[in-house]
Amino acid sequence: MQLVLEKRAERSGTIALVSPLIAIGLTIVTMVILFAILGKNPLLALHAYFIAPLTDGYSLQEIAVKATPLVMIAIGLSLCYLANAWNIGAEGQFLIGAVAGSWIAVKTQGTDAGAWVLPAMLILAASAGALYALIPAICKVKFGASEILTSLMLVYVADLFLDYLVRGPWRDPHGFNFPTTAEFDPVATVPLLIEGGRLHLGSIIALLVVAAAVILLGRTIKGFEIRVVGAAPRAARFGGFNADQLIILTFAVSGALAGLAGIIEVAGPVGHLQPGISPGYGFTAIIVAFLGRLNPLGILIAGLFLALTFIGGEQAQIAMKIPLDVTKVFQGILLFYVLACDSLILYRFKLVFPNRQVTRGAG
Amino acid sequence: MELVEAIILAVLAASTPLLIAATGELVAERSGVLNLGVEGMMIVGAACGFAGAWLTGSIFIGALFGIIAGTLMSLIFALMALGLAVNQVATGLALTIFGIGLSGLIGAGFVGERITPAVHLYIPVLADIPLIGRVLFGEDGFVYFSVALIAGVWWFLYRTRAGLILRACGDNHVSAHALGYPVLRIRTFAVMFGGACAGLAGAYLPLAYTPFFIPGMTAGRGWIALALVVFSSWQPGRLVVGAYLFGAVTILQLHAQGWGVGIPSQFMSALPYLATVIVLVLLSRARTGGSTAPAALGTVFVPDR
Repeated sequence: MQLVLEKRAERSGTIALVSPLIAIGLTIVTMVILFAILGKNPLLALHAYFIAPLTDGYSLQEIAVKATPLVMIAIGLSLCYLANAWNIGAEGQFLIGAVAGSWIAVKTQGTDAGAWVLPAMLILAASAGALYALIPAICKVKFGASEILTSLMLVYVADLFLDYLVRGPWRDPHGFNFPTTAEFDPVATVPLLIEGGRLHLGSIIALLVVAAAVILLGRTIKGFEIRVVGAAPRAARFGGFNADQLIILTFAVSGALAGLAGIIEVAGPVGHLQPGISPGYGFTAIIVAFLGRLNPLGILIAGLFLALTFIGGEQAQIAMKIPLDVTKVFQGILLFYVLACDSLILYRFKLVFPNRQVTRGAG
Repeated sequence: MELVEAIILAVLAASTPLLIAATGELVAERSGVLNLGVEGMMIVGAACGFAGAWLTGSIFIGALFGIIAGTLMSLIFALMALGLAVNQVATGLALTIFGIGLSGLIGAGFVGERITPAVHLYIPVLADIPLIGRVLFGEDGFVYFSVALIAGVWWFLYRTRAGLILRACGDNHVSAHALGYPVLRIRTFAVMFGGACAGLAGAYLPLAYTPFFIPGMTAGRGWIALALVVFSSWQPGRLVVGAYLFGAVTILQLHAQGWGVGIPSQFMSALPYLATVIVLVLLSRARTGGSTAPAALGTVFVPDR
């Protein structure tokens, strides 16, 4: 007797709907075991992770602030993954966007530059992110180089470039030698939505991006092409869709969104450019994209959930001395379960009895 | 003369983890499995390897811990990508994200601790030969092992029946299955070998390269190992050349920083990553006639029953 996979006649709609929930459930069970191994009370730890952040206004705002870059990046990545283009360098595009936008902020610092500064920063950051993402896309389309490896390598390059700028030419002369630029001027800062709060305009932009993605994928020919190229490459070729062009397009869009997320993070919650502006948003967004089933609304929910784990992780560290790395382990396990559960949309388990197999083979 | 010798020793030390990890991945990819989790398996191997050596005081047991940790990590991958037919790219990414978190958790208690690094074995008489003596006969055990490993893999792939079957699985899993070979089982073993190598390569870093553990100390070496497999056109001989070339680039940029060439150190540090991109582009371009990759690489296989 053996347990094997068997392809379903058609994809299961029920499982497609419930699989993220099953995955979250299984992750939580695994986390309970992990907390127990670490010698922490699992119930208190789960409370600190998932309930406590939802009970006060400051944490709720903080969740929205953390979800903003995650959702923006994940929407772009989902377009890539739908088109079967593997951009895993969003972290680098995020950093390059942050650097490009900061350039305007640094250059206009202390001048009487007007309200054009912030819009210019956003546009430049998105363009820089898109251009940076085009490097792996063009290497893929023109030369056939694996976009997975090239986009990932460029993350390290972007990280080092940012490091050079804030330690070298852009370092704040009054910053006691810390590797950071000076605090951005008010005109170069993303405005807050609530006076004295944390929520900023970036969250609104993220919601607009989600809405745009819903329209793009559901209501336009381009969106249809993206979905067909990924799901049925042969059919797409017969339909005359240009797969190369779609790789370029989806990489550019995802790079632009990651770049935009980068400058919003720097000109918003952080307020200046420094190393370590991202706790791995570009990589966590990959999980967000899959957990959200590559669907814009799903990504919005998944982004808020992953943001909750960031905030919850910080609170659990303060309250119960649970190491921050637990959050990363948690996110990795979650992605495993999401992928495993998704497998059941296309396949089902079946018990096979070897002797029967032999008879069939003989007949 | 002293300097040349020191540079060669440093190049060998920098190349060895790349060579070991890439050798394992080469075998996995030859069987048709693309495991992008090398970085994750390496970093867990590094944390467990250091933990093992620190607890027991033995480099050998540390290396063993690294191998076991890498193998266990690869089993998660095999369960997902082979058992549940999940997309291999996504599973590999998940393995890396998970591994980075897990290694931080395991290694947290060991940050700041030091161990006595792996000793260099000096083969008497031979090691005293001027110039080449110390380079060839005065390395740590890992360096010799990595060379034996790649030679063994070459022999296995091209000179044994099992190696031929493994390559057949990577080129056409449907035919291999039709001939009665257990494709998924063979691939599982190949993935486990890849994991063991990645774990050992990771363990090399805190056991021989630097005598301490830092979170994230693999610094993308797992990804460079993946690129090296592409660079090698999936051939063990070229893998050796590639690994030592990359080791040389790494050491060259370190020395150039030391000499104060006037180029910011961050630009020099970016060199190995940029070199990877450029090499991938040049190689892929040279190969436009036809791919040398195993034909079934990265594709899902669910046997018909």
